[in-house]
Amino acid sequence: MATTEQPFVGTPRKVTAHLTQNEKLSFEISSPGKKAYKLPPLDVPEVDPAQLLGKAAREDTGTLPELSEIEIIRHFTRLSTWNYAIDLGMYPLGSCTMKYNPRVNEFVSRLEGIAEAHPYQPESLSQGSLQIVKLLQDCLIEITGMDTITLQPAAGAHGEFTGILLARAWHKSKGNARRNILIPDSAHGTNPATAAVCGYQVVNIKSNSQGGIDVAALEQIVNEDTAALMLTNPSTIGVFENQIHKIADILHAKGALLYMDGANMNALCGKTRPGDFGVDVMHLNLHKTFSTPHGGGGPGSGPVACKKILEPFLPIPVVEEGSDGQLRWNYDRPESVGRVRAFYGNFGMFVRALAYTLANGPDGLRQTTEDAVLNANYIRKKLEDVYDLPYTTPSMHEVVFSDRRQVKNGIKTGDLAKRLIDYGFHPYTTSFPLIVPGALMIEPTESESREELDLFVDAMRQIAREADENPELILSAPHSTRVSRLDETTAARKPVLRWKPQPE
Amino acid sequence: MRYLPKSPAERTEMLREIGASSIDDLFSTIPEEYRLKRDLNIPRQMGESEIIDHFKNAAAHNAVGYASFIGAGVYRHYRPVIIDSLVQRGEFLTSYTPYQAEITQGTLQAIFEFQTMICELTGMDIANASMYDGSTGAAEAAMMAVRITGRDGIVVARTVHPEYREVMETYAQHQEHSANEVGYGADGRIDLATLEQALTDKSAAVLVQSPNFFGVVEDIPAIAEIAHKKGALLIVSIAEAISLGIVRPPAEADIVSLEAQSFGVAPSYGGPFCGVLAAKEKYLRQMPGRLVGETKDKDGRRGFVLTLSTREQHIRREKATSNICTNQALVALMATIYMTVYGKQGIKDLAVQNLAKAQYAAKTLSENGKLLFANAPRFHEFVLQTSETAEQLNARLLENKIIGGLSLKKWYPELGNATLWCATELTTKEQIDQAAAVLTEASVATTA
Ligand SMILES: Cc1ncc(COP(=O)(O)O)c(C=O)c1O
Repeated sequence: MATTEQPFVGTPRKVTAHLTQNEKLSFEISSPGKKAYKLPPLDVPEVDPAQLLGKAAREDTGTLPELSEIEIIRHFTRLSTWNYAIDLGMYPLGSCTMKYNPRVNEFVSRLEGIAEAHPYQPESLSQGSLQIVKLLQDCLIEITGMDTITLQPAAGAHGEFTGILLARAWHKSKGNARRNILIPDSAHGTNPATAAVCGYQVVNIKSNSQGGIDVAALEQIVNEDTAALMLTNPSTIGVFENQIHKIADILHAKGALLYMDGANMNALCGKTRPGDFGVDVMHLNLHKTFSTPHGGGGPGSGPVACKKILEPFLPIPVVEEGSDGQLRWNYDRPESVGRVRAFYGNFGMFVRALAYTLANGPDGLRQTTEDAVLNANYIRKKLEDVYDLPYTTPSMHEVVFSDRRQVKNGIKTGDLAKRLIDYGFHPYTTSFPLIVPGALMIEPTESESREELDLFVDAMRQIAREADENPELILSAPHSTRVSRLDETTAARKPVLRWKPQPE
Repeated sequence: MRYLPKSPAERTEMLREIGASSIDDLFSTIPEEYRLKRDLNIPRQMGESEIIDHFKNAAAHNAVGYASFIGAGVYRHYRPVIIDSLVQRGEFLTSYTPYQAEITQGTLQAIFEFQTMICELTGMDIANASMYDGSTGAAEAAMMAVRITGRDGIVVARTVHPEYREVMETYAQHQEHSANEVGYGADGRIDLATLEQALTDKSAAVLVQSPNFFGVVEDIPAIAEIAHKKGALLIVSIAEAISLGIVRPPAEADIVSLEAQSFGVAPSYGGPFCGVLAAKEKYLRQMPGRLVGETKDKDGRRGFVLTLSTREQHIRREKATSNICTNQALVALMATIYMTVYGKQGIKDLAVQNLAKAQYAAKTLSENGKLLFANAPRFHEFVLQTSETAEQLNARLLENKIIGGLSLKKWYPELGNATLWCATELTTKEQIDQAAAVLTEASVATTA
């Protein structure tokens, strides 16, 4: 295995060094008069903008780059090679579910009748789009075990916003919107941020020694001021809340609701259904569980599924089937919380998520979940003797270690992560969840072969050894990238958020 | 399942190494009574060719082969081929949010270019890395103004996209701020006198759209003066980004909320699109969403990082400026490539073509109806008032494979039989003439 001949770069089996092209900003390679476009000749009379627009006419369009097509292709292709990607290898970011993004999804989302569909074209000429919406809704309702759904929210956090508004509207319909949302200290930052945006007070609740909900304590906390508990299940340490139904009962007894952050549905699809274990309202992340690409940070899609009691409050419009079998949007829903987004949501993501669901079918979704859980447990087994495992509760789709053993050499999770880059992997999620000091949150997903997992395990074990033998190597990592350890403090203290033309 | 890279033997072997006797051992923490013991009732697993057939069939049930005059916040523009070639590179497509700067410099530099171009086009000092879309961007801008001013009233023009206003209302009703609307005058622009009256010392911001929902360019300097006099901020929402090629940027605004869908993004039945907020530098700390900044690495090399994240939910939790996390990064990249392709001159040439097409369409189509707000400056949309209802008129157009203007009855009943039309560089003279001919027949038919 490891030889010590190349102590500086370690012995990554996955990667070797390779040239990367330098590339300036597009503005810096621009020169006046170059063009990458050609407009067809105008087939209508020319106009004089100054005359039509008067003082609203623009004189100077500002500084946009001027380049030819080949330069633009090279510019962005070169930039692209500076990125790591799922297509290059394992991307074990915990909580992010970086699974394979099937290419057929991209293909079908670009079919002319789908990509060119205008949201306001007549419903009679949108039946194909509406069928996609309807079938995806039906599939997601079945997968979650809930009663109804809206696809309108644009991402997970937007789904949380929508779901909490539903809860609020329901409480309000009973006479009192209530004051508090309970949020475990293990929750993702979007949960408390959402509660605040919806006008609720956040009541943080402490996780128990297993990283889960302390049911007895919860019973004391829930009262008539509690609107809902926002619970991630499996939790952010990858553990199924096996008291989930008890939790739901406690909430329901006080008239509160159970909101589930469904970011971790990749551990559950086809094996168990939130609707069956007491959840009232939840969101899904189509850009996690349902394979729509992350695209460097988005777009996503955050459908919200809920129980019948919340149905009257769903955002408008909702899709309905008429007696003639035609699908249509219904806007006439007096109790609706309103719209959360213009039009119907990130439709292009619905197409991809449906393509993924059809490619899997019931057996494929179940196998996917099983493989995701198998992979996480395999990594746990192969690394638990070298990294500290703060919670030994059985893991589902992700495993969370801590840097406790490495910290004694001055090495933190962020340093280990940077070193992992030299071994040809994207780092795991660092420093989240907050209940694990120095967390290494690893989610392999189902998309990794045993060979790739073994390479990852090998890299992590080598890094653990380096942490003992040569900490400096880790503290100065990565050594193989174009840039290393960027100065984030100065970036924040003296923000440079745009390029500026150099004075001549 | 073809996406899963494991043989049955490998699975068995891995289970053995873990020390589990079967896969269900790994699910034993799920209480027995909640384990699903049947197949999900969803369509069976399909082969790739079947999936393609499924969606081709759906696509065939949408409008294909129609000329369309609908805009209203979603615009059909030509999309250069290289956008798709580039964004389908796996390094962009299948990469996550650039938290690990060393291996996401590509995404980071592209966002930095995006932020710069948005600043140049809008006349603002700073721009974020994207918001979900124009409607949520407008709502977030309003909340930003509330935080900045410490006031809670938002005054919104009725000429803002009706669905944007609905979204703002959804956001506002659960915050403690109030939104009230100001109508438009005979020129289709916000009524300045009413605006002046509507503003109080509790008003945090005035929000207008320009070009507005009727396609009319608002008098931004005048609105800014009124807003600022009352200590309120001015938020300008722009739903048609191409307009910035020829319409004066809203430099007097404090915050600009732009929908960049027109920059190379397909209509796609309403999304994914690309909202973005731009603002005056002094409001930086209240800006929601991600920001990319330039910095240096440990050896002094230039590089880019996500920055000022102390505004964001993952650091500030309930005190964050917004709950947004995932944004519309890949769509912002599409817009970036689009702006690079057209560049300084192209964006203007393109905007002028749009202006010319719409001018011709307005002139030609209004021979069979009344062009409303005819004297105000417009970009590429216009409102036509007809003797026929929108339904009658559009039924006839549809028979000729033309999707006519959007009925405004639902939102602006006071305008009678009014339809909103849009022409872009993709609209041909032939299509316009054809639509006009159908309208002529119609009006002949009604008079007869
Ligand atoms: C547990 C959890 N909740 C919520 C979110 C927010 O989802 P999104 O980024 O789609 O808004 C994420 C991911 O970012 C997450 O991991």
